[in-house]
Amino acid sequence: MHNVRLIARLDIKGPNLIKGVHLEGLRVIGSPQEYATKYYQMGADELIYLDTVASLYGRNNLHEIVKSAASNIFIPLTVGGGIRTIDDITSLLRVGADKIAINTFATKQPSLLQEAAQRFGSQCIVLSIAAKKIHPGKWIALTDNGRENSGMDVLEWAHQGWKLGAGEILLTSVDQEGTASGFDCDLVNAVASTLPIPVIASGGMGTIDHLEAVIKCGKADAVALAHVLHYNKFTISDIKHEMIARGINMRSDGK
Amino acid sequence: MKSVTIIDYGIGNLFSVARAFEFFDAKIQISDDPKIILAAERLVLPGVGAFSDAMNGLCNRNITAAAQRYAEMQRPFLGICLGMQMMMDESDEFGTHKGLGLIKGRVEKIPDIDADGKSHKVPHVGWNNLLFPQTNTAVHWENTVLKGLEEKTSVYFVHSFTPVPDNPQNRLADTVYGGRSVSAIIYRDYLYGCQFHPEKSGPMGLKIIKNFLAI
Repeated sequence: MHNVRLIARLDIKGPNLIKGVHLEGLRVIGSPQEYATKYYQMGADELIYLDTVASLYGRNNLHEIVKSAASNIFIPLTVGGGIRTIDDITSLLRVGADKIAINTFATKQPSLLQEAAQRFGSQCIVLSIAAKKIHPGKWIALTDNGRENSGMDVLEWAHQGWKLGAGEILLTSVDQEGTASGFDCDLVNAVASTLPIPVIASGGMGTIDHLEAVIKCGKADAVALAHVLHYNKFTISDIKHEMIARGINMRSDGK
Repeated sequence: MKSVTIIDYGIGNLFSVARAFEFFDAKIQISDDPKIILAAERLVLPGVGAFSDAMNGLCNRNITAAAQRYAEMQRPFLGICLGMQMMMDESDEFGTHKGLGLIKGRVEKIPDIDADGKSHKVPHVGWNNLLFPQTNTAVHWENTVLKGLEEKTSVYFVHSFTPVPDNPQNRLADTVYGGRSVSAIIYRDYLYGCQFHPEKSGPMGLKIIKNFLAI
């Protein structure tokens, strides 16, 4: 079995690392660089930075944060929030981003995914989907950090995104996000088991059992954690030890 | 102070590669000038994207021959990811395209099905283990860029194509994906090619960078 990636997710507003519940009620956690460095040193496999207000203001403001991260942190960095053009992507790659996550603007202009994948390669383009459950087996995609409803069916949109050239899906359950009550395994499984590209499950980690479930039942290729790391409920090294003990492969020599 | 020249042929992000060498106080020169490339103390060929675009990028800047001549001068050379694939004779990516020919062999697509005939995910993305190549049992990692690393150390891969050297003795380390061995590091004399990104492989990747500076 492949190594499952453990990713620290950093939602950013202005200069601050923040965290909400259901992507709302955002609270300031601290300095992004301080937390990112800690997660790198503890063995995180990747970092994801999301500018939570970028779509609102029409631009991504993470360049300085990404540049200082990439100067001292030598693992893959995914950056998203407010990405609208090829130039937006180019400028973030120049300061050290490895992959770019696109949500809101891709729903309005799906050809951006295609254009970006052709230009930078699929491995560089992550389709970010914030999923809200409507009824069992049916989810719709939210945009603008959960503020707007695109009306698009998540499973259809994920499939279309892959066809257009997205190389990975960052799948956030808005219902579970920040609640620490477990991942939406049905959602993750519905996307991960039908697409030939990796799916990063995000939203809901509260216990080690939750993580095991989303990997074993949800078939997640990677998991993005925020709440449990920011509030120091678990350390990345503890989580990895426990996962390996439960028969899940993870990189463990990263410290 | 160690000096490293990074070849700039118009593709993406050189920032992280440069930073990884600067982490060990190397002096970085980013250049597309054939004279500077030929005179380099250590040469790095990074790469992301399509094989033919990258080779065209070298040709359009008249740096193909300089990189080839440099490689014959017994000085350290490191190809990273696509840069490693470009060290081979040719690639099958979007038609057949000539590479730098520093190591004999071809670059082939990773099959969409694994060794058991089941479909699996391509590109190969994520952390995977460095292994002693089964086809090159005499290999030693001492006195190479892998000095001091243990077998099964994880490094970060992102690729859909894989080089297959004609001579197994050019395989320094493999990894296994979908039940098949794929080259993780190829080498000949002072020339090294890493399929993974040492600059994105955490402390272990930095160790490889440090070793390259010590060659």
